[in-house]
Amino acid sequence: MIEKTGVPTRQDVLEQFPERIVLVKPKAIIECYKEIPCNPCSTSCPFDAIHIPEDINIRPVIDFDACTGCGICVYQCPGLAITVMQVKADKVIMKIPYEFTPLPQVGAQRNVLDRTGSVITKGTILKVQTSPVQEKTALIHIEIDSAFLYDAITIEVTHG
Amino acid sequence: MKHVEVLIIGAGPAGLSAADVLLEAGAEVALIDRSDRPGGQLTKQTHMFFGSQEHYASKRGIEILHVLYDKIKDHPRLHMFSETTVAGLYPDRVVACVSGQRYFTIQADIIIVATGASEKSLPFENNDLPGVYAAGAVQTLMNVYGVKPGDKVLMVGSGNIGLIVAYQLMQAGVKVPVLVEAAKTISGYHVHASKIRRLGVDIRMRTSIKRALGTDHVEGAQIWQLDARWQGIAGTEETIEVDTICLAVGLSPLTELLQQLGAEVIYINELGGHVPRLNEKFETTVEGVYACGDVAGIEEASSAMIAGKIAGLEAALKQGYALEDAQARQAALHTSLKTLRSGPHGEKIRKGHARLGART
Repeated sequence: MIEKTGVPTRQDVLEQFPERIVLVKPKAIIECYKEIPCNPCSTSCPFDAIHIPEDINIRPVIDFDACTGCGICVYQCPGLAITVMQVKADKVIMKIPYEFTPLPQVGAQRNVLDRTGSVITKGTILKVQTSPVQEKTALIHIEIDSAFLYDAITIEVTHG
Repeated sequence: MKHVEVLIIGAGPAGLSAADVLLEAGAEVALIDRSDRPGGQLTKQTHMFFGSQEHYASKRGIEILHVLYDKIKDHPRLHMFSETTVAGLYPDRVVACVSGQRYFTIQADIIIVATGASEKSLPFENNDLPGVYAAGAVQTLMNVYGVKPGDKVLMVGSGNIGLIVAYQLMQAGVKVPVLVEAAKTISGYHVHASKIRRLGVDIRMRTSIKRALGTDHVEGAQIWQLDARWQGIAGTEETIEVDTICLAVGLSPLTELLQQLGAEVIYINELGGHVPRLNEKFETTVEGVYACGDVAGIEEASSAMIAGKIAGLEAALKQGYALEDAQARQAALHTSLKTLRSGPHGEKIRKGHARLGART
């Protein structure tokens, strides 16, 4: 399906998640479904939690025990294919890469999109992280209802 | 007539990389580019590169350009000719140049052709209406000159260029409602496709443009589905309201100069068109004339940088410069290139090179 529409199947998505209990701590969810010659997620990880062998075409494998959910791989991934998810009671805190201006304001309510671009819920912007090492890919922390854990992927873009 | 040791045509990722190696080796280098600024495609590549650290992974093309050019720009042995077009290549490596109203010739011991590629077009009704652009042109307008090409765009083609430019259009505040692709599956990286799909771009396979609508500029596009023989299916036409049509339907290597010189070129569909026959040192069938980057077969800029280094190193060795660890460096560069071409997305390139090799 992804090869025709750009949308992974539900099964594809679920396979990238650890068991829900693991997500009491933030963990990176890597949606890199096809081999491409690329490895910055692995080389940028300070905790050696993402593994790609010498042949950089092999897909990354994450060690959820080692992953701290820091989010470095999120803005390092050239494919913007990584998010960080954490379940906190009935909420999910997600960290997403964002490359549009203006950046969202902390505290703002923004439409949250699924992998087809449909609006599924609203989320609250908790934090907007930028720094020179991020090379203009901001890391946005959003709080959403936990019902959307497996559906939410990004926020709707608004230009001003 | 001026003489220079090494003359490089094209200051894109391949040409800049070749120049770097040659300057390091001790050669005198003339770098010629028709643009007013160096960098070729890198000047408009605002996306992060793939690959590994040696391929500048995670860095944006525009940043890579700074890394490459800043390293060499003040070198005393570099002669930079910008806004200069190479109009002809003649025997004995005589290069005819045009810069503004000025015409001059340079003779070189070594020539490295890194001219890149030009964009292909697509035949359809009204494809000459203002508002029909090639994707690279759109990228230049937006990312180099800061000009928005339109407000609503139909993207044609799902290779990496089509997917990336669709994303960059959205970054510029332009709407991209639909992307059509004639083939059965998305040809670029799926991560790029997912990135625009989640922002609402409707990606459709087996679909192409039938005609552009409008009288003196694009006011819409009619798209239709294609059958297994790539023919439009009557009755499936659909009108999309757009003011711009962006064609990302592939690139052709710019081998005209090599052909003028008499270097052998072979038509290899998988590599984008006519490509020069090269030996393992990236030398063409004309001695002392090398080729690297898209002119030798359409690939990613990451590959062009590696190929440029290989050509530069070989040219330096031919000129008699003693380079430290030359063999080990060559081996590492060839391994690096092989890695970039080894995944499923490198299949076309591998097939193209296999066909080219079989004809040697």
